[in-house]
Amino acid sequence: MSTLIAWIIRAIPFGTIIMFGSMGETITEKSGNLNLGVPGIMYLGGFAGFASSYYYEKLSSDPKGWICVIIALFAAIAASAFGGLIFSFLTITLRANQNVTGLALTTFGMGVANFFGVFILNGASYTAAPLAYSAFSKKIPFLSSKLGIVSKVVFPYGFLAYAAIIVAIVLHYFLNKTRVGLNLRAVGENPGTADAAGINVTKYKYLATCVGAGLSGIGGLYYVLDYNQGIWATTGQIEALGWLAVALVIFTTWKPLNGIWGAYLFGMLYWLYQFLPNMLGVKVAGYVTDLVQMVPYVVTIIVLVVVSFRKKKENQPPESLGLSYFREER
Amino acid sequence: MSSETKKIKEPFVRIIKRDGASIGNKVLIRALAIVLALVVDAIFIFAVTGLNPISVYGVMFNGTFMTSIRFSWALRDLVTLLCIGIALAPAFKMKFWNIGAEGQVLAGGLATALVMVKCGQSLPTPALLLVMFLASIIAGGIWGLIPAVFKAYWNTNETLFTLMMNYVATSIVACMTNIMRGKASSLGKLNMSTQAGWFPQFFGQRYNINILVVFILMIVMYFYLKYSKQGYEITVVGESENTARYAGINVKWVTIRTMLISGAICGLAGFLVVAGRDQTISTSSAGGQGFTAIIVAWLAKFNTFYMALISFLLVFLSRGAAEIASAYSLNDYAASIIEGVILFFILGSEFFINYKMVFRGSKQKEVQE
Repeated sequence: MSTLIAWIIRAIPFGTIIMFGSMGETITEKSGNLNLGVPGIMYLGGFAGFASSYYYEKLSSDPKGWICVIIALFAAIAASAFGGLIFSFLTITLRANQNVTGLALTTFGMGVANFFGVFILNGASYTAAPLAYSAFSKKIPFLSSKLGIVSKVVFPYGFLAYAAIIVAIVLHYFLNKTRVGLNLRAVGENPGTADAAGINVTKYKYLATCVGAGLSGIGGLYYVLDYNQGIWATTGQIEALGWLAVALVIFTTWKPLNGIWGAYLFGMLYWLYQFLPNMLGVKVAGYVTDLVQMVPYVVTIIVLVVVSFRKKKENQPPESLGLSYFREER
Repeated sequence: MSSETKKIKEPFVRIIKRDGASIGNKVLIRALAIVLALVVDAIFIFAVTGLNPISVYGVMFNGTFMTSIRFSWALRDLVTLLCIGIALAPAFKMKFWNIGAEGQVLAGGLATALVMVKCGQSLPTPALLLVMFLASIIAGGIWGLIPAVFKAYWNTNETLFTLMMNYVATSIVACMTNIMRGKASSLGKLNMSTQAGWFPQFFGQRYNINILVVFILMIVMYFYLKYSKQGYEITVVGESENTARYAGINVKWVTIRTMLISGAICGLAGFLVVAGRDQTISTSSAGGQGFTAIIVAWLAKFNTFYMALISFLLVFLSRGAAEIASAYSLNDYAASIIEGVILFFILGSEFFINYKMVFRGSKQKEVQE
């Protein structure tokens, strides 16, 4: 039982990272843009959030936690939305290929984050922003201590873990119940028709991609300042997380509400190798744990295949996903 | 009437598709894009480090051209990237987004390594190399085949499928290297004592065989895509599946065959990396080249000779950035930034090749009332 609790406590923060990433990518893909720059965008967001709060902590004589949170969030969203803007400009205005641009953005984002990261590291192998960590991981006062096992499992996380759930619900409502959401889906399904109906396709695509990138960036921020305890180190970890976020979008069949449990499931699967043998009381060799790490990806492939088998309309990717729109080319 | 039409403002700029810019124009636009990218990078370098960008670029040049051995290292890196790019070209030309080169290379590399270890003692060198070669192209081919079959029969999204296959391959390689190294902390070079399965020295370097193989492959693939019947089928399927079907082309079979070829050549790249370059295998044997090669193949518009040029540019950049990093005690990631900016500019410049802009108020000869 205690192993299961420990497992869940590891899985939910992990899920939160990729939930943010995938929510952002869901908005983007709903507009018909397949942004494979998510890992790069998460790097940008994570690094900008870390760097801003690190310098604020260092330079301010009396740093406050809540200001730290605002600054970090603002910087992360701005930096990652900027990444989204580069992608939008190249693919929407200049009609460059989306896959290639996305991959270039991943290279770029990872380069920027790790390049400037080294300046902050200044020779050390890692640097910490302790105040930001404590501010982001602050637990909800009453709920996290007084409810016994519920506090232990449901409420020991920083506020962003709950924000992710709220974002998913709001996003579900936005996409399915509002006019703007309907328009956005129309743009992703068939931009030609949307254009004929008087929807400004370019504007929708730009906004969806930039807002989506901003959201994905919060995933990177959460990784650095909460999950990784406010520590910045030169790693390739965020890239793997970014691809998992892309995988999660497929896994949820482009539905934000599925993203909530999907993300936690991915978290459980990711940590499977550490906790399951323990729970079952078996000892496994080191190489088995390497093999188990492929499980989230295999599960995603299976979902992808099953969805394409069943051909249910509501589970398909947006019709024009990955295609640039040019009015005169219809 | 006339007052009414005047109210509708002509947009500030209109975009018109143009059919084939002249070659001079194309070269000019691309060169301009690279120059602009270098200027942006120069501003960036100056703003961040305060170094003189021109001298930094000079140091960068040394990364590839200072000594002949450096140049041959650059060629060695170039052919790895180029080989994967050549592998991707037929798939992309068919508009099959094979993002799984990374995994296919690893699959090929792993097969090579396993054969090297298992049969290293028992087989004579030529037979061993042949078995390694076959194992690598089969493994890579299978890795490419799986998504292709699902794409052909159930239209499963190949971009996402191949992407996921990368990580499956990575964990299998992690698992196998873990088994192979046993208690040692790292795998080290395979068959260190016997050197079985290593490419022989050829003009002083093992990797010269890589260079030779990829050079031949580059020429073969060029003609395959441009002048063979299969190459033509690939083009038609890529342009329009309906047209292909109408013309009696078996689209499913072409999809599967092309991905088999694509995966097999990726597997071959894995073979070259393991036998000719590293003599070992690890999860980073492909080292992100599978992704970079996508950009190479796309920018070159599937012309293998252009691919060699673009691979050279990218290898030049990354070696140059490593040189900058050691000369000014910066770090290698500068290469990623410079590379990213250059790619953005080249990608953006395609627009000016395919379209032309007409500004408001400019005279138009061809419009007739």
